[in-house]
This record gives sequence, C-alpha cells and structure tokens, in this order.
Amino acid sequence: MSLLEVKDLKVAYGHIEALKGISLSVEEGEVVAILGANGAGKTTFMRSLSGLLKPRSGTIQYDGHDIGKARADAIVGLGIAQSPEGRRVFGTLTVEENLMLGAYTRSRPEALETRKQVYELFPRLLERKAQMAGTLSGGEQQMLAIGRALMAKPRLLLLDEPSLGLAPIIVKGIFSALRDIRASGVTILVVEQNARMALKLADRGYVLEVGRIVHEDSAKALMASPEVQEAYLGKGH
Amino acid sequence: MEIFFQQLANGLTVGSIYALIALGYTMVYGILKLINFAHGDLAVLGAFIGLTVITSLTGAGAAPSHWVVILAFVVAVLVVAIAGVLLELTAYRPLRHAHRLSAVVSALGASMLLENGIMLIWSPQTLTFPEGILPSTNYVIGGVVLNSTQILIVAISFLLMLALYLYVNKTRFGTAIRASAIDQDAARLMGINVNRVIVSVFILGPALGAIGGLFIGIYYRQAVFDMGWIYGLNAFIAAIIGGIGNIPGAMLGGLLLGLFNSLAGGYISSTWQEAITFALLILILLVRPTGILGERVAEKV
Ligand SMILES: Nc1ncnc2c1ncn2[C@@H]1O[C@H](COP(=O)(O)OP(=O)(O)O)[C@@H](O)[C@H]1O
Ligand SMILES: [Mg+2]
Repeated sequence: MSLLEVKDLKVAYGHIEALKGISLSVEEGEVVAILGANGAGKTTFMRSLSGLLKPRSGTIQYDGHDIGKARADAIVGLGIAQSPEGRRVFGTLTVEENLMLGAYTRSRPEALETRKQVYELFPRLLERKAQMAGTLSGGEQQMLAIGRALMAKPRLLLLDEPSLGLAPIIVKGIFSALRDIRASGVTILVVEQNARMALKLADRGYVLEVGRIVHEDSAKALMASPEVQEAYLGKGH
Repeated sequence: MEIFFQQLANGLTVGSIYALIALGYTMVYGILKLINFAHGDLAVLGAFIGLTVITSLTGAGAAPSHWVVILAFVVAVLVVAIAGVLLELTAYRPLRHAHRLSAVVSALGASMLLENGIMLIWSPQTLTFPEGILPSTNYVIGGVVLNSTQILIVAISFLLMLALYLYVNKTRFGTAIRASAIDQDAARLMGINVNRVIVSVFILGPALGAIGGLFIGIYYRQAVFDMGWIYGLNAFIAAIIGGIGNIPGAMLGGLLLGLFNSLAGGYISSTWQEAITFALLILILLVRPTGILGERVAEKV
C-alpha cells in the first residue's frame, strides 16, 4: 500500500475549481516532484494534504487513514509536516522558538533530540538561534521552514517551492540538504517551478496544468521528455 | 510636589486597572484582528458578580471576611471566563469567515446584550460596594496619602501581568498563542489547534477583565450597569496607545493613560478628562500610528 494515495481530488475556492480531479500516489521512501506553472494548483494541492483546505470531493488516504476531512493539527500528529510556500516563518519569534513550535505535537525530550539533528543539518540556524526569524536572509528562512517541518519528525515531508526567490547558490545548498533528508529515510513530496533541481532530486514526478495532472513518469523520463523540456526546462528555467 | 505624588499614586492605581482590562482587548485583537466591544461589559459583569457574592455572604454592617473576598474574585473570574467563551462561540466563531463588519456588529450587539442583561438582573441604579473589602489603612509618607487598597490593587495587577507575560513568553502554549497571532495557517501546520488557542484567549482576557472590573467597584465603591462603556473605552484607548495586539504594550498603555489622566485631572481639570484622554490618543497616533510598542500593521494585513 502506498504511504499517500490521493484519488480524484477536487478542491474549489467558491466557484473557481482549482483542482479538477487529482489522483496521485507516493510510496514510502520515495521523493516525488510536482511540476507546474504559476497558478496550476500546486499550492492548493499541498494545502489540501495538510488539511488547510477541505476537498469538495475525492479522497486522501495516508498510512491507512482517510485524512480528507481531518483537522490540520491532527494531520501533523499523524506524521505529515509541511514547509509552506513563502516559508511563513514566525517573524517576531526567535529561530529556536520557531523550531520548537515545529515539534508542538511531540514531547520536549524528543524535540530536543531532533533539534540537535536539525542544527547539524543547518549549522546556520544554530548560529542564529536567538535571532528573530524575520531578520534572517531568505535562504536562512527557507532552512528554518524546512528545519521546523523536520522538528515534527514527519514520515511525509511536504515542500512547497523551497527554491522560491533564492539565489542559485543558495538553492544548491537547500537541495543538498534535501538529499541528506531523503537519505535519512523521510518520504518527500516537493512542489517546484525549478523543474531541473526538483527532477534531479526526485524518483518520480507529476506535471500539473490548470488543476489536472497531464504527465506522470519517472524523473529521468520526465527530464528527457520533449514536452517537459519545452515547458519547464527551457531557457529561463 | 505633594499633589504630584498624590496624583501619581492615584494614576498608578487606575492605570493598572486599565492595563488589566486592556490586555483582553489586545489579546483578542492580536489573534482575531477583532475589537471585542463587549469586553468592557464583561469586566463590569465581574464587578457585579463579585458584589453579589460579597453581599450575600456578609451580614449587614459587618466587614467581609478574607475568604468571602477571595471567593468573590474566584467566582467572578470563573463566571466571566465562561461568559467570554460563550461570547466567542456564539457571537464571533460563526462569523469567523464573514465580512469584518458583521463581526463588529455582532460585538456591539453582544455589548448591548450584556449591558441590558446586567441592568435586568441587578439594577438600573448605581450599586454601592461595602467598605473594607480590601484592607483600607492610610499611610502618610511625606505628605502623600497612600491607601493600602491602592497598594494591593497595584501589586496584584502587577503580579497578574507578570504571570501573563511569563505564560505567554515562556511556555509552550504561550508560544502557540503568539504563533497563532502571527499566522494562523502556519500555526496549524505546526500541529497547533488554533480554535483552542482562540478559546484560551477568551478565557484569559475576560478573567483578567473581571478582576479589573471588581477592582473598579472596590476602588470607587460603586458600580453601575453601563460603566463598561467608559472603562472599556479607556482600556481600549490604552491598548491602542501601547500598540494594539501587543501584550506589554497594553500594560504600558494602561499605566500611561492612568497616570496621564490623573495628573491632567489634578493639574488641569477633571471635567476635561475625557477630552484630554482623546487628545493623548490623537497625539500618540500622530507621532506613532502603530502605538508605542506596536509593529508595522501594514505588513501584517
Ligand atoms: N485563496 C484563493 N481564493 C481564490 N482563488 C485562489 C486562491 N488561492 C489560489 N487561487 C486560485 O487557484 C488556482 C491555483 O492556485 P495555486 O494553488 O496557488 O497555484 P500554484 O501554487 O500552482 O501557483 C489559481 O488560479 C489561483 O488564482
Ligand atoms: Mg504555489
């Protein structure tokens, strides 16, 4: 059985249907990428998985639970954590407070244990642990958003555009950390406009266009596909 | 100089009461971006409940015992906290995703309901608080009269504010409250039950407000059903002066407003007090539109 199994998911904002029937699965230990242009519905999909949006129809099965109607905080408890689009760190809280909030559903000793690992993965955060998160650079805030999600010790890590607005050198660092996270056995579902980086990391990928999945293949095959190359890997990407 | 110190002592007392009540406005605003217009009336409810407990357990002419006074505070806090939660569940939660104006109308409606409810249950007249609820010994220090009731009110208010400050800044749930005030969806992604956080704010704010309301009754020795309007307004202005949404700001704003009111009342004219309050509000908003400790609100909205 897949760790995550989404069937015919439809999500709407009022009359606007943003997801028009998405079916997708993620196996334990996999890294799966979702590619798609701005407005395709990637963030809507991620927010639905985390319970921030309620599906109009369709099912979301995670580890045997039907989480389509579950509350967002309960979903975190089941082992799904998200680093949201735009990072959304708590700007007037310190780096350390942000991290500890990531482990809100866990006990303090467990949290301290994971915090050590997060600081090893992102030593920059350790240097800045007493600083307000709002004073960090964009790259550091992204590290914090990912580290904060890891504090929940997720089985499934959701990453919504971890490279958004970051300089190429910073993006490289972030993706190298993601490879470490993957090596530690965490299953990752990553949404990206930076298709090249995402496909290099991923095992498989889906391509989303205006609320529908239009391609699904191994990352290698997607990278080689002329259509994907034209739309997502051309110049400027 | 004696007048100055006398007014300082009075201002500190009134200011710490304003601060207690201001905290409720600021905490609710911090999380819901909503002015809970019924908050002043909740504080008044606390005063009336406390008065009822005291008068019904104390023989005529006798001074209330310590235990009765403590019980009065406990009952007032409990009842008002429950009223606060009911208010959130019935007046605000159903409108969480409605237009902002709907919530404002609902808040004003709740305020009128509470005011009229208090009038019907108790009295349309001003009720008098008995003497000696808190020990009332006068100490004369350098010509300034300090009353032990004043000292107790200031001391208890400071202790309560310190406790709230530590709770919000040093505990796990307190951090969850601050996170929910910054970004509710991000807080949900941490596994925080934001609805529970909102309910907790509607317990903490009204509980402190009830104590503030009871202090008003004890200090001025009277309470009237519609006084929530004027005390609520002052506490609300205190919250704005300090920077609405900011907890230390509400404490600072309350103290400043109390001191300012009292000094202005003593030196200029007490009939002009309200005008002076608004002048202070306007002045501070001109110099610092976000209040003294407020953040740049524009970034949040
Ligand atoms: N809060 C919202 N209200 C109304 N429409 C929205 C909202 N958020 C997103 N949309 C619309 O839903 C579609 C998908 O948006 P989104 O999921 O953010 O796409 P992506 O993350 O792929 O850029 C877009 O057409 C967008 O305009
Ligand atoms: Mg997006």
